[in-house]
This record gives sequence, C-alpha cells and structure tokens, in this order.
Amino acid sequence: MINLYEVTETNKMIEKENLDVRTITLGISLLDCIDSDLQKLNEKIYTKIYEAAKDLVKTGEEISREFGIPIVNKRISVTPIALIGGAACKTVEDFASIAKTLDKVAHEVGVNFIGGYSALVSKGMTAADELLIRSIPLALSTTERVCSSVNLGSTKTGINMDAVKLMGEMIKETAEYTKEQDSLGCAKLVVFCNAPDDNPFMAGAFHGVTEADKIINVGVSGPGVVKTALEKVRGENFEILCETIKKTAFKVTRVGQLVAQEASKMLNVPFGIVDLSLAPTPAIGDSVADILCEIGLEYAGAPGTTAALALLNDQVKKGGVMASSYVGGLSGAFIPVSEDQGMIDAVVAGALTLEKLEAMTCVCSVGLDMIAIPGDTKATTISGIIADEMAIGMVNQKTTAVRIIPVIGKGVGETVEFGGLLGYAPIMPVNQFSCDAFVNRGGRIPAPIHSFKN
Amino acid sequence: MNFFENGFCACGNNSGVERMSRMKRTIITVVGKDTVGIIAKVCTYLAENGINILDISQTIVQEYFNMMMIVDTCNCDKQFGDMADELAELGEEIGVVIKCQKEEIFDKMHRI
Repeated sequence: MINLYEVTETNKMIEKENLDVRTITLGISLLDCIDSDLQKLNEKIYTKIYEAAKDLVKTGEEISREFGIPIVNKRISVTPIALIGGAACKTVEDFASIAKTLDKVAHEVGVNFIGGYSALVSKGMTAADELLIRSIPLALSTTERVCSSVNLGSTKTGINMDAVKLMGEMIKETAEYTKEQDSLGCAKLVVFCNAPDDNPFMAGAFHGVTEADKIINVGVSGPGVVKTALEKVRGENFEILCETIKKTAFKVTRVGQLVAQEASKMLNVPFGIVDLSLAPTPAIGDSVADILCEIGLEYAGAPGTTAALALLNDQVKKGGVMASSYVGGLSGAFIPVSEDQGMIDAVVAGALTLEKLEAMTCVCSVGLDMIAIPGDTKATTISGIIADEMAIGMVNQKTTAVRIIPVIGKGVGETVEFGGLLGYAPIMPVNQFSCDAFVNRGGRIPAPIHSFKN
Repeated sequence: MNFFENGFCACGNNSGVERMSRMKRTIITVVGKDTVGIIAKVCTYLAENGINILDISQTIVQEYFNMMMIVDTCNCDKQFGDMADELAELGEEIGVVIKCQKEEIFDKMHRI
C-alpha cells in the first residue's frame, strides 16, 4: 500500500517543483468537412470541432481536481488546413476566414490554442499549400488563438528550398502585420523538418492524416522535478546522474499516462501518445537551463552544454519510454529562450548565442525556439537560419524546428515581452553576412544518402 | 489488509456481486501546525459521509502535523469535487491544509 513518504514526495513535486501536465491536446480530423463551398466548409469545421471538444476543458479540470495535479493547457489540433481548404479557397482571404472560424470555436470551447493552420510541403507545394502559406500573416494577425506550422523538409524527401525562401518572407511579413504587439504573430508560427503527426505541443501541433478521427495526446513536463532530484546527487559521477534523471522521468511520465488514459475514458476518444518532454515555463524553478547548470555548467551555453543536453534528452526518453504505453510527439527537452528564465539569464550574461543554440538543437527534441532577433533582419537571412536547422533535422533523422521572432522596431540589447507562457526575451544578434545567392537559387535539396533504406 | 490490497470493496450490506466491485480509494493528506482534535474532526466528517478509513499514518516533525489516510468512498453519495471542497473548508477551520486525491496518481508514480 502507498505510504506517507511516497504521498509526500508526489505532492512536493506538484506543490514545490512545478510538476504538471502541460497539455491535453485533442486531435480532430477535418477531412470529412471538405467542401467546395467556403461558407459550408466553415460551418462544418465549426460544428465538428465544437461537438468534439465542448467537454474538453471541463474534463481536464475534473481530472486535475481528482488527482490534484495541474493540467495547464487544454488544446485542439486539426488536420492541416491546406488540405481541408484546398477545394474552397481561392484567395488568401478565403483561407484566413477558416482561421477565423478556428479562432471562434477555440474561444467557444475555452481552449487557449488551436493548432493546424498548416501545410506539409517537404517536397513540393500545391497551389493550395502556397496560398495557405501566403495567408499566414493575415490569419495570425486577425486571430488570437490560432497556431500555424509548415513542414519544409524531411529525411525522406530532402528540403523544399522554395518553401524555405517563402517562409523567410512570411515570417518577416507576420512580424510586420503584428508589430503593434511586438511581432507576437511569429510566436504562433513554426517551421519544421520531419514534423510529427501527433505532437501535442504548440505552436507546432497538427492532426496528421495518418491519425484516427479523434485522438487524445498528452504532453508532460517537470524540469523543476528533475532539477531538485539532481540537487541530491551533486558531485556524483555520470552513471548516478543519468540513473537519477531516468527515474525522475519515469515518475513524471507515469502521471502523464494516467491523465491521458483518464481523459480518453471520460471523453470517449482513443488515447494516442504521451509526449515525454521537459517543457519549461518562465516561472522560477521550471527551467531546462537550470538543469544544465545543476549538471555542472555555470550558464547554459558554456562549453559542455551540448553534451549535457544530449545526456539529459536521452535519459528523459529512456526513463519515460517504459512509463507509457505509447510514446510520440516531440519527446525530449525543449530549449525555448523566452519561455525559460535560465535561458534568458544565459543570453543576458552573454553565455548563450544563436550559434550555440543551433548546436544544441542537434541533440535535443526540437530546435531554435522562441528566439527574438532584430526586426531589420533580412528575409533571406531568416531563410538561411531555417535552411541550416532543416539540414540538421534531415541529416540526423530527427525533428527540428524554427520559431524565430524578428521584432519590428527593436534591436540587439532591447527586450521584448510576450506575456504569459510565452515569456519575454532579450533580442539576440544575428550573423550579418549575406546568404542571398544561396537562398535565391530555388528548387530543393535532395534527400541524404542514408535515407534510402528500402 | 490483503483483501483491501486486491482493490475490492468490503462494504457491509452489499450483495456478493456488488462487494466485488472496485473500491474507490482516495488519499487524504492533512498538513499543518499540530493542535488538539485534528484527527477527531476529520474522522467525524468521514463517518458522517459514509467514508470508510482503511489506513492512517501520521508523523509530527518540528510541531508540524503530517497525516495521510487511505479511505474508501464507495458508499459516499457526494461528488468527489464536493467532498474535496468540504474537506478543504474543514481544514481551513482547523488551520491545516486538507487535500483529497484519487489513489491512482500515487500508485502509478511509485509502483510498476
């Protein structure tokens, strides 16, 4: 039977170390909503999402109450809208009207984000894909809760450099469209290489076409719990360090598995996956960078950071895999800058640069995330940064992403405040040398040799 | 105690089949400054609501009272949330923090 020590340990994790379930994300397929009449399409989308998700928030709150564990976000992901709107949308405004429908239903059911304003263009773009991409600035500037993502490459297909170039321009344009709010639109826009179909985390969540009609995916988090566990093994060798991370990740993930199963039962929607993640928030004590410091670095970004992050990511997976029946999504440590107080401190101290972050993305679960750069950065430079990150993902057969915010009207040394979970960020310098001729070549980069496994 | 660990309900008046239904085990934790009658007040509430106590463990560290109860709520008519709220209110009256959580969260975390 459970004893007092175990109960106290769990409750200490929740109350003092910020253990929480970061998100319950309900994936909804919109394939059966496709219609060539835009108005009918919007109505069908609204009705399907509303009917599927009307109890989501209430269920999340109920589970949270029964187990005494905070469930921070309740969210929705939908089939990439480029596929759904292709038959009906002839202009960017047509696509943006779907974004407005998504935003409306998100408000109605009470979720804080809805993901899937997306296009999958890793090899080529259809006319609808390109139109959706071109509508992103308008869609994100006229909605509050819609998140957008674009898959630009994969290990199997290579990198669509035409789309990379276009996304550099669209990120810049989104920043311009939302400059009154410190270019906040770009915080809801991410580009991927090897995007997973079942990611529960925003801004990159969408409901892949390989998925069932509806599915529950859960993202767990507990950087504070790992940090506290590591405080007890200061000075010990790597074996003990790794064992401690693994055991802690197991416990954290079991909570996610329990919540996922309960939500699945209560909503009568199949359980998809648990995303084994260390997702930080700007709250003190909820930082991945602090874990890196606890492992032995003065600041995140110091020499040794990539190795420390590699072992952290690997142990989180090893511990978490056994705790859950199905694992998926991004699974690993997230290293967003603005959402992690330790990362912000490292940037302010001069320990962490864009180039070091790029190196870190080779071994962690996502990529360049929530990084504010000067507003006058050229679109081609942004495309160059994206291409580098896509290449890392393509060659290493992993997911990589870029969520970068060129803050219009601000430069290096200034700070930008996004608020809430999105946090604040010091604006980081970008390499000023040109890559125009590279980005302007057009076409696509072929898939790497090790992708030919058939 | 083995009977309880199998997770079956031992409620008195039920038929054999009903007796085999799953028990609803809840963990109640009480933390706060030690004072006279904490256990008495909590137990009175539980008795009034048909909640059976299966196990109690308690320690006092530096005058701080720390108690955990494992209870079975299968005969309690109240919604879980209402019970949790009422116990939390009772806690405020006594000057301690009372939390109710379903047992699975601890079981999942600490048992394979």
